[in-house]
Amino acid sequence: MKGSSTITPTAKRPFTTISGVPVEPVYGPENLCGFEPARDLGEPGRFPYTRGIHESMYRGRLWTMRQFSGFATPEETNRRYHYLLEQGQTGLSVAFDLPTLMGYDSDHMLAEGEVGKCGASISSLEDMEILLRGIPLGDVTISMTINSPAAVLWAMYLAVAEQQGVEWERLSGTIQNDILKEYIAQKEYIYPPRPSMRLVTDTIEFATRRAPRFNPVSISGYHIREAGSTAIQELAFTLRDGVEYVDWALERGLSVDEFAPRLSFFFNAHSDFFEEIAKYRAARKIWANLMRERFGAKDERSMKLRFHAQTAGCSLTWQQPYNNVVRTALQALAAVLGGCQSLHTNSLDEAYALPGEHAVTIALRTQQVIAHESGVTAAPDPLGGCYLLERMTLDMEQGARDYIRRIDEMGGMISAIERNFPQREIANASYEYQKAVERRDKVIVGVNAFVSDREEPIEILQIDHHAQDHQSKKLAALRSRRDNGLVRSSLDALRRAAEGTGNTMPFVLDAVRAYATLGEICDALREVFGSYQETSLV
Amino acid sequence: MSGPIRVLVAKPGLDGHDRGAKVIARALRDAGMEVIYTGLRQTPEMIVDAALQEDVQVIGLSILSGAHNAIVPRVMELLRDKEMTDVKVIVGGIIPDEDAAALKRQGVAAVFQPGASLEEIVGFVRASVPA
Repeated sequence: MKGSSTITPTAKRPFTTISGVPVEPVYGPENLCGFEPARDLGEPGRFPYTRGIHESMYRGRLWTMRQFSGFATPEETNRRYHYLLEQGQTGLSVAFDLPTLMGYDSDHMLAEGEVGKCGASISSLEDMEILLRGIPLGDVTISMTINSPAAVLWAMYLAVAEQQGVEWERLSGTIQNDILKEYIAQKEYIYPPRPSMRLVTDTIEFATRRAPRFNPVSISGYHIREAGSTAIQELAFTLRDGVEYVDWALERGLSVDEFAPRLSFFFNAHSDFFEEIAKYRAARKIWANLMRERFGAKDERSMKLRFHAQTAGCSLTWQQPYNNVVRTALQALAAVLGGCQSLHTNSLDEAYALPGEHAVTIALRTQQVIAHESGVTAAPDPLGGCYLLERMTLDMEQGARDYIRRIDEMGGMISAIERNFPQREIANASYEYQKAVERRDKVIVGVNAFVSDREEPIEILQIDHHAQDHQSKKLAALRSRRDNGLVRSSLDALRRAAEGTGNTMPFVLDAVRAYATLGEICDALREVFGSYQETSLV
Repeated sequence: MSGPIRVLVAKPGLDGHDRGAKVIARALRDAGMEVIYTGLRQTPEMIVDAALQEDVQVIGLSILSGAHNAIVPRVMELLRDKEMTDVKVIVGGIIPDEDAAALKRQGVAAVFQPGASLEEIVGFVRASVPA
C-alpha cells in the first residue's frame, strides 16, 4: 500500500458533500427552524410523499430488481435475459448499442466498430422478435433505454406483443424517451429539439390512448449526473424537464390526470450517502407540489413521483475493481433508503466493459442481500426525522426550486438548452470536481489514495467483430426477402404524417410491421425534421 | 515553433459522452495551451482536416465506446497520407491494456486510461512538443 500519506489529512480537508455543499460539524433541532413535519414530511404514502409513495413501502412490495443489459447480437442478449430471469431478476431492461441509439442500421458506414459494443444491436422488427423470443410480454415488464428513436423501438416491441397475442392494454414497461436530457448531457440526439419533443408527445398521447399501463417517458437525471452535475443540478434539471413534457402534453390537448400518472423518473445513486437520500425525498416533495399547484392535478397518482435508480457508473474505478462491489452496495442502499421503485446495481467490471455474467450476478445478489438480509425494508423512510437528513432535504429542495425558477424565466427548458445553460452548469461542476480530486480534497480509493502497486487482472467481456458481420448479413437477407413496395409506401406515408401535425405513431407502426429498418425510418424523419448539431463549447 | 502549444481535442465515433473531453480541454487551456474542441461525432477525415487547418501539434482523441480499434488506426493512416506524422496523437478513454499497446505500436504517443490525472496528461503534452 502506498499513497495514504499523500492525502490531505481529514481535519484540514473541507467537509463538503461530493457535490461541494458544505456540511456542518453537527446537526440538531436548531438546524430545523421553520421545518414543519406535517407540511414538509407528511405520512408515508400521503402528500407530499417526502417519506415515500406507499404507506407500507417495501413491506407491501419490494422494488423491482432490474439489471440493464444488452450486448452484441439480439440472439446473445436474449440468452442473457433468460439467464437473468432464472436468477430471480424481476424485470428486464434493454441496453442498445450506439448505432441503434443514433438511428443507424448495423451496416451503416458510421456503425463501423460500434455494433454490439455498448448494447444489443437492433435494426429491424426481425431483431426485436429475436431479442424478445420466449419472453411473455404480458407478464414480464420491460424497460428500454432508447431516446431519439424511441417511437421506432417501442413500435417494434408493440408489434412483437401483437405477434404474441398480448393486448397492448396489458403491457407494462417503460421507454426512456427523454430527449431533453440528451441535449443537456448524454448527447444522443438525432433531430432538433422541437420536432423531437413533438415525437415524444406523440408517444405520450399514443400510450395514454392505446397502452395505458405503459410508461412512455422516464425523465432521467442519471445521465445529467454522470456528465458531472451536482446532486442539486441533477434534481433540478430533471424535474424541469418533467415540467416541459407536461406542458407539451397539455398543449396537445390531454388533461393532466390522463397522462401524468404514467410519467416516471430515473435518478442516479451516487456515492454521497445522505445527499442522495435527501435528493430522492426532495424530488418527491417538489414534484407533488408542482403537479398539484402548477398543473392542478387532482389524481393522487399524478402527484406521486415514481423512480428507478441506477448506481453511479462514473464512480466505478478501473483500479482495484473489486472495490466497486462495495461502492455499488452503498449506493444501492441509499437508493433503497430513498424509496426507489426499481433499481439497477452496476457490476464490478463496468469501468472496463459491459458486464460479464459472473459480475452481473454479484450485482444482482447485492440487491438481494439489501432486500432480504439488511432489515432496512421493514419500515418506510427509516431515516425520516434525522436532523442532518431533514436539513439536507430542505436545502436540496431550495436549491432545485431556484434552478427551476431560473429556467422558467428563460422561457422553459428548450430555451435554456439553446442558451447552453444546463450544459455550461454541468461542465463547470464536473471541472470543479475533477480539480478537487486532483488536489486530493476528494479521495477516490485506489485512484488518488491507497493505490496498489500490483493489481490482478479481471475477466472482461469482449465483443468482437462477429456481431457486426452477423447483423449486417441478417439485414441484407431481410432487405431482399421483404415486400420492398410496401416498405416504400409505408415510409412515404410516415413522411407525410411527419410533415403534418397528427400523431406519427400509427405510421411508425405500419413501417415497422412492413420490416422497414430503423435506419430507413429515422432517415425518413431526418428528411422532414433535419438533423441537430450542438454548438460545442468547452 | 514559438507561442503556446496548439491542441485539437476530438470526439470521434457515435459516443456522446463528452465529460472527459471537456475536462481535459479546460485543463490544457488553463495550462496555457490553445485548445480547439471539435465537438461530437467527428469522422477520422474531419479530425485530420481540422488538425491541418488549425495547425495543431497535438491531437487528443476521447473514445469511451469501445470503437477505438476501428477509429484510431484510420486517424494514424490519414496523418501518414498527409505527411503530418510530426503531429502527436494521444488517446484517452476506456482502452484495455492490450489495445493500448497495439495503438502505441501504430504510432500513438500515449494512451490515458480511466483514473489518469490531469497533471499527468498536461505534463505529457507539454513534454511531447519541442519548445
